[in-house]
Amino acid sequence: MPAQIRKLVVQVDETRREMNRPVEPPTRRALAMAVIENPCAGRYVENLDELVAMGEELGGLLGKKCVQALGIEPGQAQSYGKAAIVGEAGELEHAAAILHPKLGAPLRAAVEKGAALVPSAKKRGGLGTAIDVPLGHKDAAFVRSHFDAMEARVSDAPRANEIVVAVVVTDSGRPLPRVGGLKVSEIKGEDGLR
Amino acid sequence: MIEIRRLLTHVEDIHHEFGPVAREPLRRGAVAVVLTNPFAGRYVPDILPMMEALNPLGVDMAQRLRAAMDVPVERIEGYGKGAIIGSAGELEHGALWHVPGGYAMRELLGWKGERAAYQRGAGGAADATGQPGNALAIVPSTKKVGAPGTALDVPLTHINASYVRSHFDAIEVRVPGAPVADEIVYILAMSTGPRVHARVGGLKASEISKWDGLR
Repeated sequence: MPAQIRKLVVQVDETRREMNRPVEPPTRRALAMAVIENPCAGRYVENLDELVAMGEELGGLLGKKCVQALGIEPGQAQSYGKAAIVGEAGELEHAAAILHPKLGAPLRAAVEKGAALVPSAKKRGGLGTAIDVPLGHKDAAFVRSHFDAMEARVSDAPRANEIVVAVVVTDSGRPLPRVGGLKVSEIKGEDGLR
Repeated sequence: MIEIRRLLTHVEDIHHEFGPVAREPLRRGAVAVVLTNPFAGRYVPDILPMMEALNPLGVDMAQRLRAAMDVPVERIEGYGKGAIIGSAGELEHGALWHVPGGYAMRELLGWKGERAAYQRGAGGAADATGQPGNALAIVPSTKKVGAPGTALDVPLTHINASYVRSHFDAIEVRVPGAPVADEIVYILAMSTGPRVHARVGGLKASEISKWDGLR
């Protein structure tokens, strides 16, 4: 069964100045969230394939929503991340089923390539619970300028039998990166790390 | 005077709230702009020049929000506005947003009145012979002084008649990390329709007849 979506939320956060300095070009991060019904809520379910399939569906849907909201070509995406908040009648493993087995491939298709691991976070929570979606460069996990996080929450979700699934895509790193490390210009992009 | 630090847009589609699934989801959106507060840290008697300076920003934000919501202006049925002032500012700095924010949104949606008259406080209800344009209702608002990440529940009401009960709503808006002490967050919000399962009676949008902004 496809994901039963109650709500879809899309945000774009653009930073133009930081510490009174211009950020040029501005950094932009897009967040897309779906509030879905958790078909496994309230009881122990051994086989989580249904949630795995929903993860695959949402990876594509939310990834495309982010790219569309940024108004960029897929190849211009720079970093990404994913997260899930499971309502209190669900289990942390439900978030894992959505996030890990199949969400990545369609998300990578939405941002082109994506050699690097998609960083993730998960938790159980109530209405309005915030989760900080970790971000890393999509082709090289060690790019230090792109280590970041974006706060995600939905004021009236997750209900006990719901899951909030979040994907973030950016076209930039932090506003004023200056702590060294691997640079975007030095990416080889073969092993997903450097 | 106007220095933009950040811009955040938020758009949500509400398919249902545990009742019948809407044929077309309710779409609600908000845009928040984070500015440097030029009056932070001291009492400035004359702050009105900033109201004037905010006019172009109001227009830009209204257009930006409409574009983010990706619907034609004719589909906007509800609106609201708000402000969150960082801790080195005062509530009055948020009040500067009433005219530039409200009228930018109303003009975008088809209001035909004279903004200058309203700015002087001299504007009255339009002549009530038929519908004299769109966006006739006052834009409801709220404001507070708050810490970074403070949430503001921005009220929403029908754009043509404040008493339309199905359109009384609110959208929670916050900008993680803002406003810091010397910042202000100004917010505009719009929606495409009534609450998703509106059913508590009162004046309906189809019954608007006085065109005075109220009924």
